[in-house]
Amino acid sequence: MNFLSLFVLVPVLMMGGLFLAKTLKQIRVVAATGASLLLALAVGLVFAYLGERAAGNTAEMLFTAKSLWYAPLHIYYSVGVDGISVAMLLLSAIIVFTGVFASWSMGFLEKEFFLWFCLLSTGVFGFFISIDLFTMFMYYEIALIPMYLLIGVWGSGRKEYAAMKLTLMLMAGSALLLLGILGIYFLSGESSMNLLELARAYIPAETQYWLFPLVFVGFGVLGALFPFHTWSPDGHASAPTAVSMLHAGVLMKLGGYGCFRVAIFLMPEAANELAWIFIILTGISVVYGAYSAIVQTDLKYINAYSSVSHCGLVLFAILMLNQTAMNGAILQMLSHGLMTALFFALIGMIYGRTHTRDIRELGGLMKVMPFLGVCYVIAGLASLGLPGLSGFVAEMKIFVGSFMHADTFHRVFTLVACTSIVITAVYILRVVGKILYGTVADEHHLTLSDANWYERTSTIVLILAIAGIGLAPLWLSDMIDGSLLPIIQNVKL
Amino acid sequence: MEYTLLIVLLPLLSFLFLGLAGKGLKPRVAGYIGTIVLAIAAGLSYITAWHYFTTAKVDGVFEKWTPLNFRWLNFTEHLHIDLGILLDPIAVMMLVVITTVSLMVHLYSLGYMHGERGFQRYYAFLSLFSFSMLGLVVATNIFQMYIFWELVGVSSYLLIGFYYTKPEAVAASKKAFIVTRFADLGFLIGILLLSFYTGTFSFERLTSGDTSLFAGAEGLSFMGCSVMSWALALIFMGGAGKSAMFPLHVWLPDAMEGPTPVSALIHAATMVVAGVYLVARLFPVYYLEAPDVLVLIAIVGAVTSLYAAIVACVQTDIKRVLAFSTISQIGFMMVGLGVSGLEGHEGLGYMASMFHLFTHAMFKALLFLGAGAIIHAVHSNEMTRMGGLWKHLPITHLTFLVACLAIAGIPPFSGFFSKDEILAATFHFNPVLGAVMSFTAGLTAFYMFRLYYRIFWNKATHHDHAPHEAPGSMTVPLIFLAAVTLVAGFIPFGKFVTSDSADYIIHLDWVVATISVAIAVIAIGLATLFYRKESSIPDRLATTFRGLHAAASQRFYLDEVYLFITKKIIFNGISRPVAWFDHHVVDGTMNGFATLSQRLSGSIRGFQSGQLQQYVMVILLGALLITVLVVFI
Repeated sequence: MNFLSLFVLVPVLMMGGLFLAKTLKQIRVVAATGASLLLALAVGLVFAYLGERAAGNTAEMLFTAKSLWYAPLHIYYSVGVDGISVAMLLLSAIIVFTGVFASWSMGFLEKEFFLWFCLLSTGVFGFFISIDLFTMFMYYEIALIPMYLLIGVWGSGRKEYAAMKLTLMLMAGSALLLLGILGIYFLSGESSMNLLELARAYIPAETQYWLFPLVFVGFGVLGALFPFHTWSPDGHASAPTAVSMLHAGVLMKLGGYGCFRVAIFLMPEAANELAWIFIILTGISVVYGAYSAIVQTDLKYINAYSSVSHCGLVLFAILMLNQTAMNGAILQMLSHGLMTALFFALIGMIYGRTHTRDIRELGGLMKVMPFLGVCYVIAGLASLGLPGLSGFVAEMKIFVGSFMHADTFHRVFTLVACTSIVITAVYILRVVGKILYGTVADEHHLTLSDANWYERTSTIVLILAIAGIGLAPLWLSDMIDGSLLPIIQNVKL
Repeated sequence: MEYTLLIVLLPLLSFLFLGLAGKGLKPRVAGYIGTIVLAIAAGLSYITAWHYFTTAKVDGVFEKWTPLNFRWLNFTEHLHIDLGILLDPIAVMMLVVITTVSLMVHLYSLGYMHGERGFQRYYAFLSLFSFSMLGLVVATNIFQMYIFWELVGVSSYLLIGFYYTKPEAVAASKKAFIVTRFADLGFLIGILLLSFYTGTFSFERLTSGDTSLFAGAEGLSFMGCSVMSWALALIFMGGAGKSAMFPLHVWLPDAMEGPTPVSALIHAATMVVAGVYLVARLFPVYYLEAPDVLVLIAIVGAVTSLYAAIVACVQTDIKRVLAFSTISQIGFMMVGLGVSGLEGHEGLGYMASMFHLFTHAMFKALLFLGAGAIIHAVHSNEMTRMGGLWKHLPITHLTFLVACLAIAGIPPFSGFFSKDEILAATFHFNPVLGAVMSFTAGLTAFYMFRLYYRIFWNKATHHDHAPHEAPGSMTVPLIFLAAVTLVAGFIPFGKFVTSDSADYIIHLDWVVATISVAIAVIAIGLATLFYRKESSIPDRLATTFRGLHAAASQRFYLDEVYLFITKKIIFNGISRPVAWFDHHVVDGTMNGFATLSQRLSGSIRGFQSGQLQQYVMVILLGALLITVLVVFI
C-alpha cells in the first residue's frame, strides 16, 4: 500500500481506538498518539519528498498510486503529492496535533468530540493527497459534515444558528462545485477524473467560461470569498476552540487549494479572461475584512474578519497567475493557517479562564497570564506582517509578485491590497492594547492561572512553526516553486 | 571582515537568551549580560571602523565592501531578498554611532532602571533594538533595510510601551507604531515601484550611477511627476515617518512615555535618524533620477525644523522639549541632504548632514541621559518642579551645559561645526531657505537655554528630600558623551564620509559662521534675560502673543488631526459603516434567502395535507387540464 494513504488510515484507526477507549485518559492517549503519528508522518513526508527531488525525480506528482473504484465513471482512488500538497499536509498535521492539545479538557462528551474531530481530519488529509477529482470532492464533503455537529453540540453562543448557516452556505458552495466537476468530466472529452490527465486535455474555451466561475465560487465560499464569507464570523465565533483552529487553519485552505488546483489548473483560459472579476471581489475582501475587524468587540469576530482579509489575499494572489504571487498565496495559506490557529487557541484559553471574549470586559491580562500574553503578542505581530515571522514572507511575495503583473489594473489593485497592512496594524494593536495592557479590568481576573503544560505544548509548536517559516523561508518557497511550474505553463498557454 | 557579522549577531543572541531565560536570571545579571554583549559589539565596531577607514581607500575613493551576502527569499530569478553586510563610510559611521550610544544607554540603565519590574525584559528589548538597528545600517539591499526597518519599529513599540500598565504609554506605543506603519506603506509601495522598473533591490546596483538601470521608467509620468519621482518620494515618506518629519511627527513627542534611556537611544540618537540614513543611502538615485524630490526633502526638512523649534519654545515637560528639539535637528539633516549635490564641493550638504547626524547623536543622547538624571533626582518631568538644581547635580549640570552649547552652535563644541556647514550649504542653495534655517538655529539656542536655566537656575523649588547626584553608572556615560561632544567637532569628517566617497576639504565659511554664532549668542542672551532669574517677561510675552502661544502649546493642533483621522474617519467613518453593511446587507441577504425558502416551503406545505379527498381532487383536476391541453392544442 502506498504510504500516503496512511494519512487517511491513521485518523480512521484513531476513530477505532476512540470507539474502544473507555476512560478519558485512554481517549487522550489515543488522540495524542494518533496526532503525533500524523505529525511525524508529515515531517517524514517533507524529507522524503525533498530527498526524491534532490535525487532528480522530476515527475509532477510523487509517490503516486491508483486503484480502480468505479469503472463506468472512471473514478479511481488515486493519490500523489507535489510540493504544494506536501506543504498543506504538513500544515494540517501541525494544526491537528496542536488542536488535540488545545482541546485536552473539553469537559463533556470527549469521546464523541474526538471521533468527529478525527473524521474531519480524515477528510482534510484525504483532500490534500487526492489527485482524482471525484475522490477529492468526496473527502471535501467528509470534512464539511462533522463541522455541523462539532459546532452544534460543542459550540457556544448562537451555536445552532451558526452551525446551520455554515453548513448550508458551504453545501451551496459544494453544489456549485459538483456541477463544475461533472461539467469538467463530461465536457473535457477525456473520460477521466484524474487531475493530471484533465490538465492535458483541452476543455473548449466557451465551456471553460461557465465552468470556471462555478468551481471558483464553489471553492471560494470556503475560502471566504466576498460576499460569501458571512458564515465565517458566526461559525468561528460559535465553534469550540479546536474546531475553530482546524476550520480556519486548514479547512479554509481547502478552498484556496481547490481554486488553485482545480479551477486555475484545469481551466487556464477562463482564468486568464475572468480573473478580473474575482480580483475585484478578493481585493474587496482584503480591505473590507480588515476594516470590519476594527470595530468588532468579540475576539473571535475580530479574528474571523481578519481571516476574511488574509484569506482574501490568498485568492487574490492566486488570480495574479504568476509564479511569485502564487507562491506567496501558498505561503500565505500556511502562514495564515498557523497564526490563525494560534489566535483561536489563545482566545480559547483566555475564554476558558475569563468566560468572556468581549474586549470591553478584558484588560491587563499580560500581568495575570504573561505566557499567554506574550504568545498573543507574537500571534498579533505575525498577523500584521512582522519580518521574522511567517506573515511577512507570504505578504511580501504576494505584493511583489502581484505588482509585477503587466496590467495597470492588477497593479492598482495590488496597491489597494497593500493598504491592508496598515489597517491590520490598527486592529491588532487595538486588541493587544485593550486586553493585555493597561490595568486589570476585572478583579476576578487577578487570580487566574497562566497556561498549563498542554496549552503550552500547543502554542509553542505553533509559534515555532511560524518563526521557522519566517526566519528561513527559502527551502519552503523553493519546494513550492518547483511544483508551480506545470500550473504556470498551463496558464501561459 | 567576516567578524562584522558578530556585531549584528551578538545582540540578537543576547535578545534570544534574555527573552527566553531572562526570568530565571537575577536582574543585575541580565543587565550585565546585555551590557557586556554591547561592549563587545562596540569594540568590534571600532575595529571595523579603524580597519575600514585605513584600508578601504583605493585611488582616493572609499570602496564598498560586502563581506557577507546570502539569499534569503526568491521572488524571481533576478529579484530576490538577500541578507548581508555592506560596509561603506556611512554604514561604518552608523555602526560606531549606534554601538557607542547603545553601550552608554545600557550602562546608564543599570542605574536608572534599577529595581524596575521587568528589568530583564527591558534589556532583552534593548538588545532586540540594537540588533535591528545594526542590521538596518549594514543592509545590502533596500528590502533588507525594509525588514530591519520594521523590526526597529516593533522594538520601538515594545520599549515605548514598556510600562504597559500605564494607559498613556500604551496609547503612545500604539500611535507610534500605526503612524510609522502608515509611512512604511509608502516605503513599501516605493520599493515595489522602484524594483518593478529597475529589477533590483541591491543598493550597490542602484547607486552605481548606471542610468541604464532606470531606462524602463523613462518618460513615464503620473500626475505631472515622473514615475521615479513618485517611487523615491514614497520611499522618502517611509523615512519621514521614522524620522518624525512634519506632518508624520505626531508620534515622537508621545513616545517620550517610554523610559528615558530608551528615548535617548531610539528617539534621539539612532532610530529616528533612520530616515536621514535612508535618503543618504539612496542619495545618488535621488540626485540623478529625482532632483525634484530632493527639493521636496529640503522643504519638508525646513518646515519641520521651524515648526518643531517654535513648539519647543513653549513646552514645559523637559522630555517634550527635547523631543521637539530632536525633530527640529533631524529637519536640519534633511535640509542638508536636500540641498546637496553629488560631486566634489557640491556635496557639502551631504557631508554636513552626516556630520550633524553624528554629532547630534552624541549630544542629544547626552541631553536625554542628563534629563534622565534630573528626573531621577526630582521625580518629575515638569520644569515647574525644577529650578536651582545646579548645586545638587554638579556633574549633570556641567555635562548638560556642554550639550546645550553644542546644540546652540557655539564654537568649539561639536554642534557648531556640523550645523554651520549645513547652513553654509543651504545659503549656497537658496538664501531664503538659509535665512529660515538660521532663524531656526537661533530659536534652538533660545529654547535650549530656556530649558537649561529653568532646570538649573531660576527659582529653586522645594523638595521633600534634597535631590542628589545620580550613581556612577549614570554619570560615567554623561561624562563620556560630554567629552565626545567637546572634541567631535575637530574630527576631519570630510576625510571619512562624503557624497562621492572622495576626500572633501572643509573650509569654514566665515561669513555664515559669524552670523550664526552672533544669532546664537543673541538668542542665549535673550534666554538669560528671560529665564536666568524669575521674571515676568515670558508671561507678558505669552499674553501679548496669546494666539500663537496657545497654538504652539497645543502643537498647532496636529494631534487633534491625528485623532480626527483615526477616530472619526477610520473608525466611525469607514469601519462602522462597513461592519453595518456586512451585518445588514451581505449577511441580511443570506438570511433573507433562508427566510425566503422557509416561507416558500411553508406555503407549499399545504399540498402535503395527508387528506385523500384533496389528493384525488388534485389528480382529477390535473387529468382534466392535460386532457384539455391535448385535445385543443
